[in-house]
Amino acid sequence: MKSSFDIMIVGIGGQGTILASNVLGEACLVEGRSVRGAETHGMAQRGGSVESQIRIDCEFGPLIVPGTVDLLIAFDLLEAVRYRHYLKEGGEMIVNNQLVLPTSTFTSGQAPPTEDDIIGMLKGWKVSIVDATAIATAAGSPLAANIALLGAASHTIPLGLESLLEGVRRCVPKKTIPINEKAFLDGRAAVNS
Amino acid sequence: MERKYLLGNLAIAHACREAGVDFVSGYPGTPSSEVIESLRTVADEIPHLEWSVNEKVAYENALGAAWCGCRALVTMKHVGVNVAADPLMTSSYTGVTGGFVLLAADDPFAHSSQNEQDSRIYAGFAKIPCIDPSGIQEAHDGIKRAFDLSEEFCLPVMVRPTTRICHSKGDTGLGELATEHRQGTFTKNPRQYVVIPAHTRILHKLLNEKQSGIKKRLIEEGFNTHVIRGKKAVIAGGISAAYAREVVPDDISIATISAYPIDEEWLRAFVSEHTEILVIEEMMPVIEGAVLEVACGQTIYGKKNGYLPYEGEFSPALIAGALKKTGFISEERYPAVTPAENLPVRPPILCAGCMHRSTFYAMKKVFKDGIFPSDIGCYTLGLQLGAVDTTICMGASITIASGINLSGEERDVVCTIGDSTFLHTGVNGLINAVYNGADMVVVILDNRITAMTGHQPNPNTGKTACGVSSIPLSLESLCRSCGVSFVETVDPYDLTLLLDTMKKAKEEKGVRVIIARQPCIIVAKREGLKRRRFMIEQETCTGCQLCVKYGCPAIEFHDEKAFINDLCSGCAVCADICPAGAIRREVKR
Repeated sequence: MKSSFDIMIVGIGGQGTILASNVLGEACLVEGRSVRGAETHGMAQRGGSVESQIRIDCEFGPLIVPGTVDLLIAFDLLEAVRYRHYLKEGGEMIVNNQLVLPTSTFTSGQAPPTEDDIIGMLKGWKVSIVDATAIATAAGSPLAANIALLGAASHTIPLGLESLLEGVRRCVPKKTIPINEKAFLDGRAAVNS
Repeated sequence: MERKYLLGNLAIAHACREAGVDFVSGYPGTPSSEVIESLRTVADEIPHLEWSVNEKVAYENALGAAWCGCRALVTMKHVGVNVAADPLMTSSYTGVTGGFVLLAADDPFAHSSQNEQDSRIYAGFAKIPCIDPSGIQEAHDGIKRAFDLSEEFCLPVMVRPTTRICHSKGDTGLGELATEHRQGTFTKNPRQYVVIPAHTRILHKLLNEKQSGIKKRLIEEGFNTHVIRGKKAVIAGGISAAYAREVVPDDISIATISAYPIDEEWLRAFVSEHTEILVIEEMMPVIEGAVLEVACGQTIYGKKNGYLPYEGEFSPALIAGALKKTGFISEERYPAVTPAENLPVRPPILCAGCMHRSTFYAMKKVFKDGIFPSDIGCYTLGLQLGAVDTTICMGASITIASGINLSGEERDVVCTIGDSTFLHTGVNGLINAVYNGADMVVVILDNRITAMTGHQPNPNTGKTACGVSSIPLSLESLCRSCGVSFVETVDPYDLTLLLDTMKKAKEEKGVRVIIARQPCIIVAKREGLKRRRFMIEQETCTGCQLCVKYGCPAIEFHDEKAFINDLCSGCAVCADICPAGAIRREVKR
């Protein structure tokens, strides 16, 4: 029924989710397609759970309804679980193989979940787990992990490869363009299309 | 026409430049802050731009400029309008000469706010036009038209975007930037600008006479539009109109309300064509009230009969639910979903190395049964550390504290307030507390910046919004001149001194001020601060978890031992807390 392709990017404040969503927005501009995005600002940025929503070919509001997301990109395993119900049936999830435990788990004395516990909670969903930090580090900087993850997700995104790379070039600091391009392509190669 | 993928607030800022704005003022507040933050980057193009000390000051400054014929913009969040309400309510009587736009950004769901008030009510209260866009392009175009409307009717005009416009993005068509600017010239006219009773009674009548012309104009301008498709209709306002367009079926009429006041004749004509109408708007039932006034036998669904909530944020899913409930659609539009349960929460948290954490720690240690009123800022997160007992509005920490103390409550009252908030509306409370004999401690959390909203400079920073150096205000002298004799400044990373200063303050009487001063860690890092990290010697760590309870995100606990992660900024406070002496600075790697 809906005509837009809806993507959700989730992570922890400071991980570069907004920059990743900007890349998608710019790639839409390159292709002359309408796009809407919504993101978390303000108080919630201080290390809290954050989400960006991007709707390609959308002419309505920026919010995506839970259960209808086409692609979920998670920068953290725990955040993937927190937002998995946004994914539609048959939707795809690209998840960074990283687990940052919230400080609350230590201060409250709650037993922290392990990586295996969390990967178990993603069973039954169409998930690709990618070591984006390792890919980015090999490409020249761990800071490019967000772009590596985007590259890993790029097979599913209905935008041309060249448009996405142009989006990357427009959004990252000039000096880091070669590193980010490499991180994107290596991320893309890490997931089978 | 250039097209860009822009944040709503950046599109709004661009539109102000297209409109040739001459004078910009405001006080930071989510979700409004990025408008001035964006204009600051082109400050040399704009004759005057400032971050003001509070919204009332900002409003009055902009009003003065508009009285001189300049195009003026003042920005604030919804609750800032409360602070600016005094000049707002009478500026509609005096009117303006140059275009005057009040950008009041509302925050349904209180994503980053203390309440969910609806600024449309203020616009109606002050009898000024209010533009309520349903998307970013509309917000962009609406700002430009707001300046024109303001000059046409000689009235302030409110533009009221909500969080999902300010902080959403979209492909946006932009116009050419204006190249001309006006220089202000004040023309004396006491009958307009001096609101003594004899003048104001006449001005009020003139204001009332403007209303019908405004209503007609908003229809002619195409702000409020409708499409008739059947006997059932949806009337939606603001961002809800965008959500409604996504979910309303093709056989249902839609009216979109993007500006107020609504013309009753136009509304009556639309309503009379239908038998059942669902009214969709976040927060207050402003449109619904207008519809009920003109309805004649139609069934009206809305908040008043429970079809939609008065609180929170709307979404396509919520609107689809209301359409189902009214029978406008027969099937559930969206799948039912089940979120994962019992996950560890990840709320926002004070940064590793944040100066507020050690200050809260020391307060709790020294004032064990103290009462801790606090204020609006990053430090409200001290709630998680048990060091924030009250927060209501900007500047209220000191006044709530003096109220608690003067009520007869016998426990120590120790309040916390940030530097920017202190200068916003805190200082009046301090004057009052001293004057009226309160017995309390005020801790000014001085990180030299307005941090939470994105690090805006304030009079304490030593820099203006345009980046020009200014004389930094002396908080010590200011407090002393309010009549406080106990004013101590302390580095909150120096835990021993901090604890001693708190103990000293505890022994004294009257209003005592402690200024805890350290730059915001985010700013310090951006400016190149590099300190070696700390580490915990695993063999010395006893697993007592005192450092873990300190609540720093750099400290983790695994297998009965504490451990410091990459977030450590080297503030050294945890090393002072550890009773086993297990925490030390890392040797150079």
